[in-house]
Amino acid sequence: MQSFTYARASALPDVLAAISQPGGIILAGGTELLNWMKEGIVAPERLVDINGISGLDRIETADRGLRIGALARMSDVAGHEAVARDYPVIAEALLKSASQQIRNMASMGGNLMQRTRCPYFRAEIELPCNKRRPGSGCSALAGEDRGMAIFGWSEACLATHPSDVAVALAALDAVVQVASSHGARDIPFLDFHRLPDDAPERETVLEPGEVITAIEVPASPAARRSHYLKIRERASYEFALVSAAVGLELEGSEISDVRIALGGMAAKPWRLSAAEQALHGIAISDAAALRRAVDGAFGDARPRRHNGFKVELVKRAIVRALQTAGDIA
Amino acid sequence: MSPIEITRRALLEGTAATAMITALPDHGASAQQTPTGGAGESELMVRLQINGKTHSLDLDIRSTLVDTLRERLGLTGTKKGCDRGECGACTVHIEGRRVLACMTLAAAAEGKEITTIEGLADGDTLHPVQSAFIGHDAFQCGFCTSGQIMSAVACIREGHAGTEADIREFMSGNLCRCSAYPQIVAAVKSAAQIQGI
Repeated sequence: MQSFTYARASALPDVLAAISQPGGIILAGGTELLNWMKEGIVAPERLVDINGISGLDRIETADRGLRIGALARMSDVAGHEAVARDYPVIAEALLKSASQQIRNMASMGGNLMQRTRCPYFRAEIELPCNKRRPGSGCSALAGEDRGMAIFGWSEACLATHPSDVAVALAALDAVVQVASSHGARDIPFLDFHRLPDDAPERETVLEPGEVITAIEVPASPAARRSHYLKIRERASYEFALVSAAVGLELEGSEISDVRIALGGMAAKPWRLSAAEQALHGIAISDAAALRRAVDGAFGDARPRRHNGFKVELVKRAIVRALQTAGDIA
Repeated sequence: MSPIEITRRALLEGTAATAMITALPDHGASAQQTPTGGAGESELMVRLQINGKTHSLDLDIRSTLVDTLRERLGLTGTKKGCDRGECGACTVHIEGRRVLACMTLAAAAEGKEITTIEGLADGDTLHPVQSAFIGHDAFQCGFCTSGQIMSAVACIREGHAGTEADIREFMSGNLCRCSAYPQIVAAVKSAAQIQGI
């Protein structure tokens, strides 16, 4: 590991000043950053420890919505009574992530900044990977692609985004609040993560010098009746093969509002807008109609050699998640 | 040489150390830089509170908490397994919460109360979770055990040890290559019952 300087910040303006110069990186929970540094994926010159900034870990709830400070720990958000009651998809996604030790450490802002678990990106002995070394190629193109993306990939990168809670936040139309020494801005959640195109090393739209300060989630009946279904190869402590975050509002037994976002399918949480529209007015008890509406939303799916199973798996996951949220599963 | 040894050596003996710690302007921080002379190198003076005792150490800024505990303080009860936050062998408590010492920079733990497996017993009286692990034969080789026990103590305190399913879910961050899981679950369950949780 290359050496670095370490500084503690106790106020946000100090952080913004410290990272406005190149070579600086923020230390929050450290569960990703220390791994990157040990693997040689990043070699920052300066670590800016933001854990001493008071109030940045606050979780606030109001009638209009939820505000999660960037430093709030995954376990604290998951265990927050109002989050579990009014935004169950968020609490469920968090509790199905990582382990309790990691959830106690990892921050919500850092969660959104996670990088892919693609084995080529994380290789201990470096392999071609355009995320890790731009221009070096994508080893997954001719290699192991079972876990790779179905939607939105490019010839430069097939990787998926690993976060569970990001999928829940995408379903609920969250907003990411960021700040820099030039001011603050709000980024709609679906715009926050990037598809790879020809620059897979850029995973978010954050500009150099910008810091996540909070995540806001609007309250809604669909948020209250929401659910996260994660399909993985172990019962616990494993990343998703595929996952579905759904929110549902019913009028009688008919769907009047529905949100669907998918994990394990793309370099960002994948919102299935076409299915949402097709599901309007369908009876939640009509499994065949649910499935037809979901089927029609996969026109853009582009499976590769070994990951075609994800298409059928995630369609079933969506239907199951809708039925669970609708209390009929 | 195993990959783990290479990693540890790289971490502990890395050259080109120009580590320093700074407080950002206008807002006080307790950390201080203490130049130790020699070829422009500087180490970092860190005060760690471990099991109720304060230790002042000059550390390479890159030192993780697990390496500092084991290599500098002789607290080898905390084990270093994967060194990547995957196995749970290095689980300790910081401010009463279970965390991974391999993913924690020692400098970042300054000023916080750290508890390791060595701080669990009350003199010669074992902690109820330690006794339960012995009573239920909840280990074979023992390498994961201190991490399992530290995790279990917190798991019970969090209220996540009410059912076997809960125990399995909330202990999933601690891997056991000997696969003593049934005995570990039984030990945690019985310790939770003994403690009335």
